[in-house]
Amino acid sequence: MNIVVAIKHIPSIADELPVNGSNIDFDSVDFVLNEFDEQSIEQAVLVKEASGGTVTVVGVDLIGELDNVLHLALAKGADNAVKITADEPGADSHQQAGWLAEAIRGMSPDIVFTGVQASNDLDGQIGPMLAAYLDLPYIGGVSSVEVNGGTATVNKEFAGGVGAKYAVSLPVVVGVQAASKPPRYAPISKVRQIAQTAAIGKVAPSGDGAGAGLALKKMAPPVATGHAEMLTGSSKDVAAKIVELLKSKGLA
Amino acid sequence: MAPKYQKAIAIEKEQAVVDGVDISGHWNRMFEQRVIFEYTPELIEKVASIPGAESFANCYQCAKCIAVCPVDVVGNYGPRKLYRYAQTGLDLTEAPELWLCTTCANCLRVCPKEVNMVKIMPAAREQAILDGKFVPNELQQAFEATANTGNPLGQPQRKREAWIQNAGVEVPVLRDLGRPVEVLWYVGSYPSYHPRGMDAASAAARIFTALGIDFAILGKEEKDDADSQRLAGEKGLFEMMAEHNIEMFNKYEWNEMVVTGPHELNAFKNVYPKYGFERPVVHYTTFLARHLDRLKPLLKHPVNKKITYHDPCYLGRHNGEYEAPRQLLQAIPGVELVEMDRNRQNGYCCGGGGGGMWMDSFTAKHTTMRLSEKRAMEAASTGADVLAVACPFEVSRFEDAVKSTGNEHVGVLDILELLDKSMRGEP
Repeated sequence: MNIVVAIKHIPSIADELPVNGSNIDFDSVDFVLNEFDEQSIEQAVLVKEASGGTVTVVGVDLIGELDNVLHLALAKGADNAVKITADEPGADSHQQAGWLAEAIRGMSPDIVFTGVQASNDLDGQIGPMLAAYLDLPYIGGVSSVEVNGGTATVNKEFAGGVGAKYAVSLPVVVGVQAASKPPRYAPISKVRQIAQTAAIGKVAPSGDGAGAGLALKKMAPPVATGHAEMLTGSSKDVAAKIVELLKSKGLA
Repeated sequence: MAPKYQKAIAIEKEQAVVDGVDISGHWNRMFEQRVIFEYTPELIEKVASIPGAESFANCYQCAKCIAVCPVDVVGNYGPRKLYRYAQTGLDLTEAPELWLCTTCANCLRVCPKEVNMVKIMPAAREQAILDGKFVPNELQQAFEATANTGNPLGQPQRKREAWIQNAGVEVPVLRDLGRPVEVLWYVGSYPSYHPRGMDAASAAARIFTALGIDFAILGKEEKDDADSQRLAGEKGLFEMMAEHNIEMFNKYEWNEMVVTGPHELNAFKNVYPKYGFERPVVHYTTFLARHLDRLKPLLKHPVNKKITYHDPCYLGRHNGEYEAPRQLLQAIPGVELVEMDRNRQNGYCCGGGGGGMWMDSFTAKHTTMRLSEKRAMEAASTGADVLAVACPFEVSRFEDAVKSTGNEHVGVLDILELLDKSMRGEP
């Protein structure tokens, strides 16, 4: 079974984001693996361990630092790693989906995993667009996957804590919300050993990628306009003030 | 390969009748089979066969360690018990017990058989990590943050020197200085990023400046020492950080290194030599105590407080420094120094060592209270106003602990902050 994982390298939000006119100042921000893609790598490796196959991880190298992420994926159990050398830190999910689809097409995948969304675009478009480009079905919001022959049984999450089990025919694109187990830890000694020896495939970006639905005109940090009011006093006083407040807003 | 250990064989015979008299002792035996029949050496051998963990098999169950194990005070733990658990079926490499030891080394101090948990635990944990066994999630996150960002807090590397803007004095950074310095001050991750750590770092900068020390820091060229990650089983991560730090240490000219934290002292003094770095390194308390004659006249303002001092395991037991911190505290006018019952060589562990710093939620599930909480209660029982510390892990640990045990009236301050208060006269 050919298992492919499409990943995204995204700006870290561990720190405040420096803004440079119409976008993030990509030179002064760290890039990290999208956390949903961390889940999809884990799910891919779990499927491989249960049902056999090979896992190929592919991502767009936006700032020339994707190798670190790919080494980690290999240490966690992926078999192959491919980077699309784009060097465009601002490439949006639509653009990246186009490039990823072109790279993945030749891999003739049986199942493509990708994070259901990422914290930068937050549009959840990589999965559906990949599926559209590759002419495959898509199922997103998935929290576990089991493959038996030509069928994958997946749990899909809906709003309000509702879940449903689907049987989907391969090949398919799966948007992973969470892997069926927490992502495993890759020991650094293993990651470093892989960094010395691993061959990472390189692909030039090709394919148009449908242009973004949105055009970025301006980006600015939010401005604080009000402050939280701290209620003080005994718990009785505070409770009375809360009731008063709710009444004044017409909520009680 | 023949097994190293033989299963115990019962010496009593089931039946022994002499001249019609049963002398087997059956009538005198316990009604249940003695546990000795269930002993199994395999799981002891499994641990002792890991390189570094050999001394695990030395234990002869005298239990001296249990009397001093800080985890046993809040749980059911200790080297002797681990050996016993292994005899009765516990596989340490898969058990929660693997992660509870803080490598405080109090057991090693009293052990007649030199069962060395400071070596056993890292070795067994490393094996568990390499074999893909259970690793507490919080610890994984600290490992990953260290690997990705160079510090366990997951803060950006380029912000490592941001604290110097608010230090109140100029803090020279080596890469801008362009000349040799007397003292390379390794600041450390928590003093660089944690809000309360920054308070101690700023205090240190002001003290060094007031003393006229020719010092500089590495700033964003510095990365975590990763000694606690090593003790938590991530040797590869430790080596990755060590390679970087050693390269940076060798990039500049300096005569002596001063470190803010005891874990850094332990890494650079005791472990880095194995990686080719062997230069003079001292903890700030040792360094400042050496300058006490010049420091004393600067301590103009009394700090009228009753203070008790917590010996960090990696400053005290691991590196033998007990007196310098006390000398510094006693040099502050107005300070009344009181001791907790467990002090110096028998100091109680704060729970932060050996990776415990990043396993608080996990540890809490297997103990009755946090070690830091136990210690905060001990500090409060002395009647002290302030619990003085000398390790960057401790301020945040004990500040949480005094709150959670209802002892908010006990302030937690680094010795650096107390010296700084006395120097500047701030409340």
